Amino acid sequence: MASDVTGHIVKSFEQDLLRLRTLMSEMGGLVESQVALACQAVLSRDGAAAAVAVETDPKVDALEHEVEQFVIRLLALRQPMAQDLRLIVASLKITGDLERIGDYAANVAKRSLVLEQFSLPFSLTGLAHMSRLVQEYLKMTIDAIGESDSDKAVEVWRSDENVDQIYNALFRELITYMMEDPRNITPCTHLLFIAKNLERIGDHATNVAETVYYAVKGEPLTGARPKGDTSAFAVARPPGQ
Amino acid sequence: MSQGDSKPEVTSPTARSAATLNTPRISIRNLDFFYGGNKALKAISLDLPERQVTGMIGPSGCGKSTLLRVLNRMYDLYPGQKATGEVMMDGANIIAPGVDLNQLRSRIGMVFQKPTPFPMSIGDNIAFGVRLHERLGKAAMDERIEWSLTRAALWDEVKDRLNTSAMGLSGGQQQRLCIARTIATRPEVILLDEPTSALDPISTLKIEELIDELKHDFTIAIVTHNMQQAARCADQVAFFFLGELVEVGRAAQMFTAPRQKRTQEYITGRFG
Repeated sequence: MASDVTGHIVKSFEQDLLRLRTLMSEMGGLVESQVALACQAVLSRDGAAAAVAVETDPKVDALEHEVEQFVIRLLALRQPMAQDLRLIVASLKITGDLERIGDYAANVAKRSLVLEQFSLPFSLTGLAHMSRLVQEYLKMTIDAIGESDSDKAVEVWRSDENVDQIYNALFRELITYMMEDPRNITPCTHLLFIAKNLERIGDHATNVAETVYYAVKGEPLTGARPKGDTSAFAVARPPGQ
Repeated sequence: MSQGDSKPEVTSPTARSAATLNTPRISIRNLDFFYGGNKALKAISLDLPERQVTGMIGPSGCGKSTLLRVLNRMYDLYPGQKATGEVMMDGANIIAPGVDLNQLRSRIGMVFQKPTPFPMSIGDNIAFGVRLHERLGKAAMDERIEWSLTRAALWDEVKDRLNTSAMGLSGGQQQRLCIARTIATRPEVILLDEPTSALDPISTLKIEELIDELKHDFTIAIVTHNMQQAARCADQVAFFFLGELVEVGRAAQMFTAPRQKRTQEYITGRFG
């Protein structure tokens, strides 16, 4: 990742490292569009977008597999050291996280198809806000990978708390709708899972940010990450209780 | 052994990275070295931790072999070469005038790049150095020969032909014989100058295994051009460039996250 140094004496190794970066960027781009399509599918009731998001998943998986094979080859044949070693190991972790993000996006897309069958008596403003934030942080994360930008990585790492807070609010909001009218239970349950998936996407983005930081700096991003998901403790009581 | 039988518990490279460095056996402070008017070492300060391995890496001509030569005063053989500064061992500066060089070299042994067996029998190769420093009876000498060859992991291969010429051994065996010869005088410090560069991979691994064994009793410094070897063998790694000590640190830190840009560039192969 630290690309501020001169090129490798063995040019083919330099090309290998470049290929690894390219594969990661390609995967990052795919996942980013997958999440964007999934959010669009939910918010704009866009079935076509959902289909594309789901269809993208095997490509993401294939890329992860390709990176894994490539990394094993690099470790065996190049015996990398220092920042090269960190980049190569980091790419294995990063693509693992990206693959999970892709899975969550596909799941959101699938649920959007179910949601389409319901008319919702409430607005999705909160979810729209959450999806905007998650996409913004994901973009920043993927830029951090491509640019070896540890500052961006730290920014993402610090920001995930915002996503958690919106998720908490959404959690309560959706429970309230369910209590108001049992006919809301099916769509709201799907919306809860969708929100949870987006929240998990944010978590994996912060994992990637931590990995990028380590690859660039050579030291772990220390200190407790600000976390704000308190939905595990949330209780909503029907009125009058 | 004068250093006792207590063995460090940690030997694997991965476990080593978590252990601490021992107290210094040799402390180098502000060492300059001159080949005539040419300053080959510039203000080197470095500790060699006791019964641990210090790996010295760096491009050719960076001064790492020169530093080894200073440590047992090989340079004294050549006029026009001089060292200034301090190399402290047991409270004495070993590069000061008046040091008994024979005694010093029996305390600080050295093994070279190419195996250098003497053209004599395997047994005599070991006995030769011992006789310079000690008067041993036959039984004691035989015992010493067996002890050093065993410590050098060569005994089983040569015990039936101690009286045959050392020149008939393979390269790897010759190098282990040289290590046996070095430890036969029971030194405290062993200096290894690229000890495996002329050996095949299996012989190399045997020497590396031997280094892991020997450091239970000896303080070791190894110069190597093989980065992986430094990573496998050393507790502490020092990177030299143009006569300067650029960076020294624990092996795991040096090879995963070196602090200096020049170290990074060298160990990842981006130098120049």
